[in-house]
Amino acid sequence: MADRRIRILVAKPGLDGHDRGARILARAFRDAGFETIYTGCHQTCEQIAATAIQEDVDLVGLSCLSGAHKYLFPEVVKILKDKGADDITVVGGGIIPDADLQYLYDSGLKALFTPGETLDSIIDWVNQNIAPKE
Amino acid sequence: MFTKDLLDKSSQLRKKWEDEVRRVIEKNPDQKERWTTVSDLEINRIYGPEDIKDMDFEKDIGYPGQFPYLRGCQTTGYRGRYWTYRMFAGMGDAEETNKRWHYLVKSGQTGLSTAFDYPTLMGYDTDSPKARGECGKCGVAIDTQEDFMKLVEGMPLDEITTSMTINPPATILWAMYLAAADIKGIPLTKIGGTIQNDMLKEFIAQKTFMLPPEPSVKLITDTVEFGTKYVPRWNTISISGYHIREAGSTAVQELAFTLRDGMEYVEDAMKRDGLEVDAFAPRLSFFFNSHIDFFEEIAKLRAARRIWAKAMRDRYKAKSERSLWMRFHTQTAGCSLTAQQPYNNVVRTATEALAAVLGGTNSLHTNSLDEVLCLPSDHAVQIALRTQQIIAEETGAANTMDPLAGSYFVEALTNKVEEEAWEYIEKIDDMGGMISAIEKHFPQMEIADAAFKYQQQIDSGEKVMIGINKYESDEDPPIPLVEIDDVVEENQINRLNEVKRKRDNRKVAECLKDIKSACENNKNVMPYCIEAVKSLCTVQEICDVYREVYGEYRDPGMF
Repeated sequence: MADRRIRILVAKPGLDGHDRGARILARAFRDAGFETIYTGCHQTCEQIAATAIQEDVDLVGLSCLSGAHKYLFPEVVKILKDKGADDITVVGGGIIPDADLQYLYDSGLKALFTPGETLDSIIDWVNQNIAPKE
Repeated sequence: MFTKDLLDKSSQLRKKWEDEVRRVIEKNPDQKERWTTVSDLEINRIYGPEDIKDMDFEKDIGYPGQFPYLRGCQTTGYRGRYWTYRMFAGMGDAEETNKRWHYLVKSGQTGLSTAFDYPTLMGYDTDSPKARGECGKCGVAIDTQEDFMKLVEGMPLDEITTSMTINPPATILWAMYLAAADIKGIPLTKIGGTIQNDMLKEFIAQKTFMLPPEPSVKLITDTVEFGTKYVPRWNTISISGYHIREAGSTAVQELAFTLRDGMEYVEDAMKRDGLEVDAFAPRLSFFFNSHIDFFEEIAKLRAARRIWAKAMRDRYKAKSERSLWMRFHTQTAGCSLTAQQPYNNVVRTATEALAAVLGGTNSLHTNSLDEVLCLPSDHAVQIALRTQQIIAEETGAANTMDPLAGSYFVEALTNKVEEEAWEYIEKIDDMGGMISAIEKHFPQMEIADAAFKYQQQIDSGEKVMIGINKYESDEDPPIPLVEIDDVVEENQINRLNEVKRKRDNRKVAECLKDIKSACENNKNVMPYCIEAVKSLCTVQEICDVYREVYGEYRDPGMF
């Protein structure tokens, strides 16, 4: 049987509609050979966690440009943990001031990608840090 | 445009020059193979008379204030008055935003512009679970008429015009403005401003939607009808390409999708009994992005006026000259700014602002250098405003109208942009109009393709962004960031609860019932909304009625 491919959920939590980055990244992930799901905009943290579990993904990539990342990102991590799905890695991206980075890492985000990141470097990060579940 | 003699002469000279070019590039090759605009339009090495030989001066160029309005709608341009300095502002709560407004007016701003926070934009109150963490972050939080009164405190609503970037709940926020004027004793005929109120581009690009496309357009047409009858100085729609461009479209797509959206609104309004095109068309306004490619942007803005004039005259048989005028606001491109080496953003914004001015904008917002990182600080917003004032009053750019007219390059590029935009417009016509094109995800996917391609060009270095893929530096100078404290959310919720406690809840229920009945019976909702906001119904309470009657639109999540 062929090895399982890495499964990724790209998600937009909260009310922010700036989905340019999320959609570009979803395409790049798909082209890189990952199984990619995109939630569309305006998902609640509960919806994102539920989709991640239901789709049995390895990685959740959250995108937020509204400034609400300090509430939304940790909330997704927390709900996944509460539901016993803390084997799913959560990363985030968007407009995130440097001063907030440590807080988000401390809240369980594994990586944060801020403006200027290339698609290749994000894909490399995934390949190096995420292994598909057995 | 040119005599046959001149064209012959030019083509002889050109041939000679081309021979010379071949000789030179053999020894000294060009730096790159393709030379393109930021939207990937191929640019020739040079332009000459033969590139615009088919143009007819009278029909295609003309003078300002004359068809096809390529060179501007107003006869005297900026000599009578500069464009409106209209800086977008909204942060935290109504009091804080009001403070910023006063600061801007004191700094020489000539028009107000409101950014609302996400809960307000999406039709939720601050205490909604969906609003957690968002209050005041991207704009001002407005839940009730009481907040709104604080927002406009001390602003002479009969003297200054106000733009409000509001879409799904536009009927409600506009009702608050009208109620505010009424409470201050100013007649509706005296106030002026713009509500963005352009839902089609939300489905295409900005994704701040609430209802499905058809009822969304119905509510917009309600405002058009109400404004035409009672608020004659108000622009009831600002048909917006800005967000289409920010979502990653090309300049041509921005133009085509925006103008086709505009046509859709015209067509819907013309279906209303008693609404003649010439009654409402003069109050339609537009909003464009000014991106970093200087000439492409100038060409785009010039082409926009010419396409609109032709469409209004030929498609919709408008008779009044004013119906053919395209008046527009411009904002410099947020997406062109970089978090890296942020002071470079001042230079980008100045260049984009100059393009907007040379393209003949009627109103302008210049982005602040820190806007890629946070809401702008007082200091950064002042530099951005000063940028406009320097262009207007020091550089001489406003001395003469449409100074680039007749440039072989600018005219050829204007024609090219227009031609490609019409191709898109006709394609959408063939799909049955914009709503049906949106349902087929056509504009959304075209933009997604363009955005993806551009990102690949940045990643490969084919397109340069200074500080991102060229001339990077290890250390960026620190800039102070504005942060909206979470206490804003707590205070706003307390204020909302206080309003709910003291208002007449029976009256509130009646107002909401009236709005529901207006929606169900296809009546104009505006008079009911004004009554409702005066009775302190909240934004969400009214939007919940809309959602109940019309259903909600969900993002299909295509990529």
